[in-house]
Amino acid sequence: MDKILYGLKNNRSFAIASFFVALLILIAAAATLIAPYDPYEAIMANAYLPPSSEHLFGTDKLGRDNFSRVLFGAAYSLSSVLLLVVLIFIVGTSLGVIAGYFGGKTDIVIMRVADMMISFPGMILAIAIAGILGGSLINAMIALIIVTWTKYARLARSMVLKVKERDFVTAAIVNGGKPLHILWQHILPNILPLMVITAAADIGAMMMELAGLSFLGFGSQPPAPEWGLMLNEGRQQLQTAPWLMVFPGLAIFLTVVVFNLWGDALRDVLDPRQEDN
Amino acid sequence: MSNKQLAYRIGEIVLVLLGISFITFCLVMLAPGDPVRQMIAGNEDIMVSQAEIEALRHELGLDKPFFFQYLDWLGRALQGNLGFSYMVKKPVVDELMHSLPATILLAGASAIFMLIVSVPLGIYSAVKRNGFLDYFVRGLTFVGVSIPNFWMGLMLLWIFGLKLRLLPIVGGRVSLENLILPTLTLGIVMAAKYTRQVRTAVLEELNQDYVAGARARGMSESHILWKEVLPNAMLPLITLLGLSFGNLLGGAAVVEIVFSWPGLGYLAVQSIIYRDFQLVQGIVLWIALMYMVINLVVDYSYTRLDPRLRKAGR
Repeated sequence: MDKILYGLKNNRSFAIASFFVALLILIAAAATLIAPYDPYEAIMANAYLPPSSEHLFGTDKLGRDNFSRVLFGAAYSLSSVLLLVVLIFIVGTSLGVIAGYFGGKTDIVIMRVADMMISFPGMILAIAIAGILGGSLINAMIALIIVTWTKYARLARSMVLKVKERDFVTAAIVNGGKPLHILWQHILPNILPLMVITAAADIGAMMMELAGLSFLGFGSQPPAPEWGLMLNEGRQQLQTAPWLMVFPGLAIFLTVVVFNLWGDALRDVLDPRQEDN
Repeated sequence: MSNKQLAYRIGEIVLVLLGISFITFCLVMLAPGDPVRQMIAGNEDIMVSQAEIEALRHELGLDKPFFFQYLDWLGRALQGNLGFSYMVKKPVVDELMHSLPATILLAGASAIFMLIVSVPLGIYSAVKRNGFLDYFVRGLTFVGVSIPNFWMGLMLLWIFGLKLRLLPIVGGRVSLENLILPTLTLGIVMAAKYTRQVRTAVLEELNQDYVAGARARGMSESHILWKEVLPNAMLPLITLLGLSFGNLLGGAAVVEIVFSWPGLGYLAVQSIIYRDFQLVQGIVLWIALMYMVINLVVDYSYTRLDPRLRKAGR
């Protein structure tokens, strides 16, 4: 935490990226206040209006204001992506830590499954899982957790194996520390920074994958103002109402850019390799 | 890679395929909806009695316990029979073979595009590190990795298909005109990733001691780059190329949908929408198999190419 504060003060690109992340979150949180219209309210007489001062991003086939929908989409998409990354982080890290710390059969079982998932293009499995379970935001998240936890598990496991060899852990064991205490007090604090960096750098990619599943119809369902889903709806009106495709896509792109920049900068701030030098 | 290692890897592929098939089988069992009713629903307005449904269920073996159903399926799969697709009214294997060329064509074209763009850019950017062009290339690759491929596909379709009317907007069949936009879409996104990897690999080699040694001995920069650095940097890049090609095979699904390109990904999404699970299972397994075989071939060629690994027998 101190390092992050230090980074905010002394690392300009981290400060700028953090500012934009904060701005995005602020926009998402204040969507209800900023949005000029109700994103769910259909006014058929207003269908397919091009962008104008009344409707900045135009309107969709139900006459709903596209700008308001993109704004609400920020709240919807951001919160679902952040939740997804946190869940993947928790599942992957815990399994990796368990595998690394306890070893033996647990380790073999967990890591064999991880190997299996990794030797395989994830997106097609995610599509199959989300599709077979039926299109919904929850199922899309389950699908992405199933195909991405392995990365965290492998990373966490390899770091636990390294930390376990350090003298302070041996000392804790000799002093009669219980496994849970050792994990919590001595091992986790040492592996968390790198795990957090990985998670932060993944937000952008996860956002694209979740939006991709929604785009295919295997994620959020109408009338949710989710950006990927909006792109799917906009795609059918490419000829008549291109604004329905342009703006949600731009929103995804800008959000991904901001989070990727932030992830890169955070790595520079927290990277333990630089600490060693 | 020795024969023993090769055998080990092949065994591993078999195990992974077994695991994947089991997972997809479980999923299909968990899926909402009754496959027998789905099948009948596909046949328009025929009235069927409950007895007929049960008879069909029995005929398909769907009344057996779960694990026996899996073994049945596995037994047939080992004989090359992945079931029958009621969406296209053809055996699953036939439909896979039908869609495969389109996917390979798209993946191949995208990979070639990616190489043509990213290898020169990556090398140049590494050699002129921190120069103007390096920053420019890095900016471009950053944008490239942050663009969702489906959005880029739609934008290209909108600009080149609808605004400029240069290319057809109706896909659905394999032709050169229809190939251009999906290739660009996949190629640009992959090129952005690969340019970064090329740059990193070349930079890493440039920082090696032997480069400093060669410079001290007065060798020309171009000799060092072409004869020393690039051959070494190419090795890891070949592995990454194999991985990207695998990702092209799998990750192309979204792009295939955008352009209605009739490949495996398109087929996968269609089969899921029609809840034709035999076909879904077949596609997932098939893509997994291709991906792993490609990576095995890449790893194998890698050990052939790298004298150190050849000697060590890894």
